[in-house]
Amino acid sequence: MAKVLVVTSGKGGVGKTTTTAALGAALAMSGRKVCVVDFDVGLRNLDLVMGAERRVVFDIVNVIQGDAKLSQAIIRDKRIETLHLLPASQTRDKDALSSEGVARVIGELREKFDWIICDSPAGIERGATLAMRHADIAVVVTNPEVSSVRDSDRIIGLLDSKTEKAERGERMDKRLLLTRYDSGRAARGEMLKTEDVLEILSIPLLGIIPESQDVLKSSNLGTPVTVGSPTSAPARAYLDAARRLIGEKVDLAIPDDRRSSLFGKLFGRRAA
Amino acid sequence: MSLLSLFGRKASAGVARDRLQILLSHERTTTGRSDLVAVLREEILTVIAKHIAIDRDKVQVKMERGKSFSTLEVDIEIPTPAPVKMAG
Repeated sequence: MAKVLVVTSGKGGVGKTTTTAALGAALAMSGRKVCVVDFDVGLRNLDLVMGAERRVVFDIVNVIQGDAKLSQAIIRDKRIETLHLLPASQTRDKDALSSEGVARVIGELREKFDWIICDSPAGIERGATLAMRHADIAVVVTNPEVSSVRDSDRIIGLLDSKTEKAERGERMDKRLLLTRYDSGRAARGEMLKTEDVLEILSIPLLGIIPESQDVLKSSNLGTPVTVGSPTSAPARAYLDAARRLIGEKVDLAIPDDRRSSLFGKLFGRRAA
Repeated sequence: MSLLSLFGRKASAGVARDRLQILLSHERTTTGRSDLVAVLREEILTVIAKHIAIDRDKVQVKMERGKSFSTLEVDIEIPTPAPVKMAG
């Protein structure tokens, strides 16, 4: 049965689009049919991070307004056969998404794909609530930083009240993805620790993505980090997170980027 | 961290954690009631205005959020002479 996953955060710039691309590619590499959907109408970027910006013809607004069929708007990834992208519109604003239209598109995607990954816009407005509306599972992307944690707390509140699942009285499956984590700084007390963020937000941990130059390099190249640098620390963390999403038990160690693994051995720790 | 505290430098992550815990425990209970202070202000004013003529601009309502309790401070300036309407 198809799963709809929303990648959300409240705060902008914490890594939602990077995460959508990396997790989408990781799930597709395991043979599952995946469609990543950009909900950031007006400020689309998932196409750019996926390296498909020159292939966009139709977008989600065209599909919702009946100007194009879903199959015409979906772009197939050139590297991974089972990976697809439904881009957002760059010229419209978020009011161009009707809630009935979004419901219909998600319904159609459910028939064609195993995983539908919705990249939410930042904020708590209409665009963000529409992106989470039909989700079965939510990945809350958080930086170990006060404003990001506060906004994540707010988004968790919305996931528990404004989604279809919440309205049916069911529990929304929410997972924390801690990004831009620096285990050295956390160990020195300069950055919130994983345990601190987990204690404050009290949702289960999906993974910890270390701060890494490979993430910027991947977006420069338009390649999800899990495809372009699969052995890098952030890619390994995303690949492990993807395995947890499909129900595998994977030990959680914080991958470290440094050449000397001594540092990682000293400070690398298992999280709950 | 322990080394740093030996030298008397307080690690900022602990401060961040404590601030967040206090803030979020309040935000969670008042979600949807972000106007709580405004509502309190109006209701308190209505009660006081029944008995004392007051200038609505000379009223301050402040909420100070603490870890184990919060304080609500209501500061009302009463003009002199205060025309007090005596009941009965």
